[in-house]
Amino acid sequence: MAGAAAHLAPHSGSATRFEANVATRDKPWVKYALLGIGLSYFALFLLLPLIAVFVEGLRKGWDAYLAALIEPDTLSAIKLTLIAAAISVPLNLVFGIAAAWAIAKFDFPGKHFLITFIDLPFSVSPVVAGLIYVLMFGAQGWFGHWLAAHDIRIIFAVPGIVLATIFVTFPFVARELIPLMQSQGRDEEEAAVTLGASGWQMFWRVTLPNVKWALLYGVILCNARAMGEFGAVSVVSGHIRGETNTMPLHVEILYNEYQFAAAFAVASLLALLALVTLAIKTYIEWRAGLTQSEEKSS
Amino acid sequence: MSIEVKNISKSFGSFKALDNINLDLPRGELIALLGPSGCGKTTLLRIIAGLESADQGSIILSGEDASNKHVRERQVGFVFQHYALFRHMTVFENVAFGLRVKPKSQRPSEKEIRAKVQRLLELVQLDWLADRFPAQLSGGQRQRIALARALAVEPQVLLLDEPFGALDAKVRKELRRWLRRLHDELHISSVFVTHDQEEALEVSDRIVLMNKGRIEQIGSPREIYNEPATSFAYSFIGTVNEFRGRIEGDYVRVGNDRLPHGRTDLSDGASVVAFARPHDTEIVKGSEGEGVAAKVNRILTSGAITRVELIANGDARQGKKDYFEVEVTPNDLAALGLATGEAVRIKSRRLSLFGENERR
Repeated sequence: MAGAAAHLAPHSGSATRFEANVATRDKPWVKYALLGIGLSYFALFLLLPLIAVFVEGLRKGWDAYLAALIEPDTLSAIKLTLIAAAISVPLNLVFGIAAAWAIAKFDFPGKHFLITFIDLPFSVSPVVAGLIYVLMFGAQGWFGHWLAAHDIRIIFAVPGIVLATIFVTFPFVARELIPLMQSQGRDEEEAAVTLGASGWQMFWRVTLPNVKWALLYGVILCNARAMGEFGAVSVVSGHIRGETNTMPLHVEILYNEYQFAAAFAVASLLALLALVTLAIKTYIEWRAGLTQSEEKSS
Repeated sequence: MSIEVKNISKSFGSFKALDNINLDLPRGELIALLGPSGCGKTTLLRIIAGLESADQGSIILSGEDASNKHVRERQVGFVFQHYALFRHMTVFENVAFGLRVKPKSQRPSEKEIRAKVQRLLELVQLDWLADRFPAQLSGGQRQRIALARALAVEPQVLLLDEPFGALDAKVRKELRRWLRRLHDELHISSVFVTHDQEEALEVSDRIVLMNKGRIEQIGSPREIYNEPATSFAYSFIGTVNEFRGRIEGDYVRVGNDRLPHGRTDLSDGASVVAFARPHDTEIVKGSEGEGVAAKVNRILTSGAITRVELIANGDARQGKKDYFEVEVTPNDLAALGLATGEAVRIKSRRLSLFGENERR
C-alpha cells in the first residue's frame, strides 16, 4: 500500500526508449531469460490455481455447480458476506474521507499518532483482531455480562462479523486518500473559500472531485477485502451454518466435509469477484492515469 | 476599499514572522509588499485575506474591523503563486465558480453568469480558452485565468501572492505590464507580494519594504530607490557599493583607506556602513589619496553606459573579498583610459552613511 500517488502514476515510455536505443540495449538472452522467469512464476503460482478453482468447481458439470450455489446454506453465506460488506464499506468510506481530510488539510496535536494508528489493522494479524472482539464482547469478556443481561448478541452473531470486517478494512480508503490529498495541498480549497464557498460547497465541488479516482480505488480494495476476509471473521463467527457463515468460512466448511465440487463452486464466486475487482481497478488506474498525464502535459 | 493593519504580530513557534506591523493603505492603489524570502510578506497578505490568523492586532477593511470575519465575507480576491485553479473544471467553470456558490437569493441566473464570465475572459484576453482545462494552459495563461476568477465575485480588494513568481522571465515582464494596465482600468485596491525589487519598482504605486517581520520603509518606487531610509533598504534595492568602517572627522576610515563624507552628526569612532550607487561612484586614477583602493576586474561596454567591475583589495569589508560596480559614460571612460588589472581608487560624490546599529 504505497498510496494512490504511486499506484496511479501513468506508465512512462522510458522503458521502451531504453530498449530501442542500441547503446543501452541488453543482450537478447537477458531479456528472454527475465521474461521467462517472470511469466513461468506467474503461470505456476497465480494462473494455475485460478484455473484450478474453476475446473474443480465445474468438475461435476454445470448442474452440480448451480445446485451447489443455490443450496440454502450457500445462499445465506452469500447474503451475510454482502451484508457485512454493505455495512463496513460505507462506514470506512466516511471514516476514510474524514481522516484523510483532517490529516491532509489541518494541523492538530496527535496527527502522527492518528496516521500510525490507521495502519494498525495492516500490522496486526486478523486472528488477533477477532480475538480482541471476543475478549471485549464475548460471554467472558469485558461487556459480556452487560450484553447478556440486555439480551444483545455480538459474538457468534452478525454484529461481531460486521465489527471484525470493519476492523480489517479500516485503513484502505484513508491510506489511498492521505498521500494524494497531501500532495494536492490546500491551495484549491483556500481559493474556493476566498471565492465565497461554504465548507460543504468546497468539499463537494473541489475536494471530492479531485480525489474521486483514488477514492474509488480505495473503495474497491476495501470491498474486496471485506468480502474475502477469513481470519478475523472466523474467530468471531462461531461457524453456525446458515446463520453466521460468510463465503470464505463456508468454503472451508464444505471442503472439510469433502464436498470438493461445492467448495470450489463457492470459491469460484470469490475468485470471480476478485477478477471483477481487478478489472475495475485497472480501469480506474487507466482513467486516473489519463487525468494525471493531462495535468502534466502543459 | 482601504486596508488598515493595526499592531499585527504573528509567530510560528519561536520564529517571529511579523513583529507589530502597522500599515495604512488607501483605496485604489496598487501596492507592493517587497522583501527577501522569510520576511513575513506572504504571512501578512494571508492575514489580510483571513487565510491565516494573527496572534494579535486587527485588520480593518473600509473602516470596519474584519479580524473576526470569515474569509468568504471579507470580499477579497486572492491570487495564488501556483494559480490554484480547480483542476477538474474548465476555464469557464473556474471563472464561474464564485458566482455559482453564491446563496440562492444572490446567485445570478445562468444567462447572467455566462455573460459575466465571457466579459471577464475577454478582459484577460483569453475568451478563446473557455473550454480548456487548466492543465492545457501555459503558466501565464493560468495566472490570468486565476485573476479573472478572483475578479468574478467583484472583490473590494485584490491580493496577489507572488503572482508571477512561477513564470519565466519574459512572460513575467509581459504580465507585469498587463497587470499595471488592468489596474489602471479597474482601479481596484490591490496588494501584491514579491521578492523581486524590479517588479515592485516597475508596477506599484507604493512599496512597503519588509525585512525580518518588520517594515523598513514605505514609499513610492522613486522614494524607495532614491532615498532609502535604512541600510537594509539601501542594500536590498538596486545595485549598491557597500563600505564598512569608522568615522574619522570628515572621513570614513575603511581599512587603510579613507572616504570623504558630508555628515556632521556622527561622532568620531562610530562604526558606520556607507553606501553609494554605481552611478554615484567615481574612479580615480592612481594609488594614493582619498578613496578606497581597488583593482579593475572587468569592463562591460554593452549599452549606453559602461559598467566597470572592480575587486576590493580586501580591506573594504573587513577582510572579505568583495566586488564594486561603477557606471561611467563612454566619454569619461575614454578620458580615464582604464586597463584590466589596473590599481585605482573609488570614491563617491553621494555617500550615504548609516550607523552600524541604526534603524530608521
